[in-house]
Amino acid sequence: MDTLLSVLELKKTYEVKKSIFSSKKDIIRAVDSISLELQRGSTLGIVGESGSGKSTLARCILFLERPDGGKVFFENKDLMTLKKNEMRTLRKDMQIIFQDPYSSLNPRKRVLETIGEPLLFHGYSKKDDLISKVKDILKDIGLNEDFLNKYPHEMSGGQRQRVAIGRAIATNPKLIVADEPVSSLDVSIQAQIVNLFLDIKEKRKISIIFVSHDLNIVRFISDEIIVIYKGKVVESGKTEEVFYNPLHPYTKMLIESVKADFIKKEPILNDNQHEGCAYYPRCNIKREICKKGSPSLTGDKIHKVACFVFNQPF
Amino acid sequence: MEGYIIEISNLYTSFFIDTQVIPVINDLNLRIKKGKVLGLIGESGSGKTMTALSILRLVPSPGKIISGRVCFEGKDLLSLTNREMESIRGNRIGMIFQEPMTALNPVIRVGEQISETLITHKGLSKKEVREISLELLKKVGFEDPGKRYIQYPHQLSGGQRQRVLIAIAISCNPSLLIADEPTTALDVATEAQILSLLKELIETQNMSMLFITHNLNIMKRFGDHIGIMYAGRLLEMAPVVDFFNEPLHPYSKGLIDSIFTLRPNEKRLKVIPGFVPRLSELPEGCKFHPRCNYAMDICKKDEPPMQDLGNERWIRCYLF
Repeated sequence: MDTLLSVLELKKTYEVKKSIFSSKKDIIRAVDSISLELQRGSTLGIVGESGSGKSTLARCILFLERPDGGKVFFENKDLMTLKKNEMRTLRKDMQIIFQDPYSSLNPRKRVLETIGEPLLFHGYSKKDDLISKVKDILKDIGLNEDFLNKYPHEMSGGQRQRVAIGRAIATNPKLIVADEPVSSLDVSIQAQIVNLFLDIKEKRKISIIFVSHDLNIVRFISDEIIVIYKGKVVESGKTEEVFYNPLHPYTKMLIESVKADFIKKEPILNDNQHEGCAYYPRCNIKREICKKGSPSLTGDKIHKVACFVFNQPF
Repeated sequence: MEGYIIEISNLYTSFFIDTQVIPVINDLNLRIKKGKVLGLIGESGSGKTMTALSILRLVPSPGKIISGRVCFEGKDLLSLTNREMESIRGNRIGMIFQEPMTALNPVIRVGEQISETLITHKGLSKKEVREISLELLKKVGFEDPGKRYIQYPHQLSGGQRQRVLIAIAISCNPSLLIADEPTTALDVATEAQILSLLKELIETQNMSMLFITHNLNIMKRFGDHIGIMYAGRLLEMAPVVDFFNEPLHPYSKGLIDSIFTLRPNEKRLKVIPGFVPRLSELPEGCKFHPRCNYAMDICKKDEPPMQDLGNERWIRCYLF
């Protein structure tokens, strides 16, 4: 298998004013030196809680937001060095699906225009045979031809998300980044959309980066996962390996919290910024060493973890 | 009846839009035992939030409660005057809303928002109220209630705000707590905190609870009874353990199959086909029949009534 995408020490920081009146600024490291690789045809799940930087990471990978540092190689092309028009032609190979199909579709465009637009823009189709192309795509996303002339407000959330997926696959991309694509949908519809992802992946051999806070979905759909916490990767590896043998205390906590049949008493903590490991305030196996520095990601191809003490006995 | 904190019978609520009448709750019957938690599960538009709002008589215009009875502590809430109803809301029935970001007033300090309820319902002085408010903040897990008391909502995280809302909801020692998706906007870890807090409060304060969620996984570990809503109707009601051991309604089965449990080696998820119907375009007969694998002829014509199967199980389906 060959590598489709590799990300090297990607960084993105935001400056936030401490208060409306002060000139002091806090620096928030939304993405803090994240590296990852995506093999052609495989699915990478990115897991993290809200504010962990997973959406920022997704957007930076596609250069929807320009990273502050690091490199992104897509088919061995360095995206940092590409010119605007080169980037634009490359866009047809990398598409995104957003979380909220209510706001990501243009309310004044019919399905035909929404799905047809990227086809025309990237020269995949002429006006004359646009309709038949869009019809083919509709078939793939499980909608019938009646939907061609519908507006977003005439569709349910699940149908809209199907259209958003249709638009993303229209140009036959090599990579799709899906940012929480099912979390705003109803339970019975979530399963349908996840199955649709699996179908598309099989049929079109598209690589997918699947961002979600829902561990169960990520486990179901991904070949590999990375777990991020406060902008850093704390654990990564083959999905089943990470699930059967989680090493980082944060991953363990996440997996236990979805597995448990009872409610565990969780300590309530305020984690402010501090030196050392970002997870220190919430960690249940912390030691003195964790206060001092930030652990780096170590391990082999199958499983990596960023923790000083994961393998030490209590 | 003895032993129940609230009994809803034959409740109908509709929305009147232009000339259309859209029923959002249709013939709802449910009751909650004292000290127990009823989890109400449903997809968006199934009427679970409207059930909560109907109990509190807060159905927003152009919606209206048409008929039914809501018996709470021996009174029919639907026949009370507005003044009487006000003395129940926030006092005997506490409410926690979904969005902790919007449910608090952004320009009023946290402490004052807790005090407000107490001053309104208990007629206490500001000084007395301060003591109780600090006590409440402690009860919901804040280590430094004095500091929190003078903070504004924007200085708190989502989980902390939700805890403040819980403090407000329990401030008058209500006998019934209604929580509408209290953890949906929160992370897994924070969710676990809030749920364990709620569970503890129910046990120590002897409260009953109506817990509204779309997340079946939560109910597995949380509730005593479970009610499944679909298109404004209750389709199934059962004790939680029995429900997960043996779901009866085809919709319930479909829901349980389609949640992502940690079971590997399955290529595809089982799904319920079709879409959730719009309330303005509901099918004839059983509202679930277009998506049901077991649909019979009668399901297309007549809507099944709610049947009592014994052992606290009710179902709205012709298969039984």
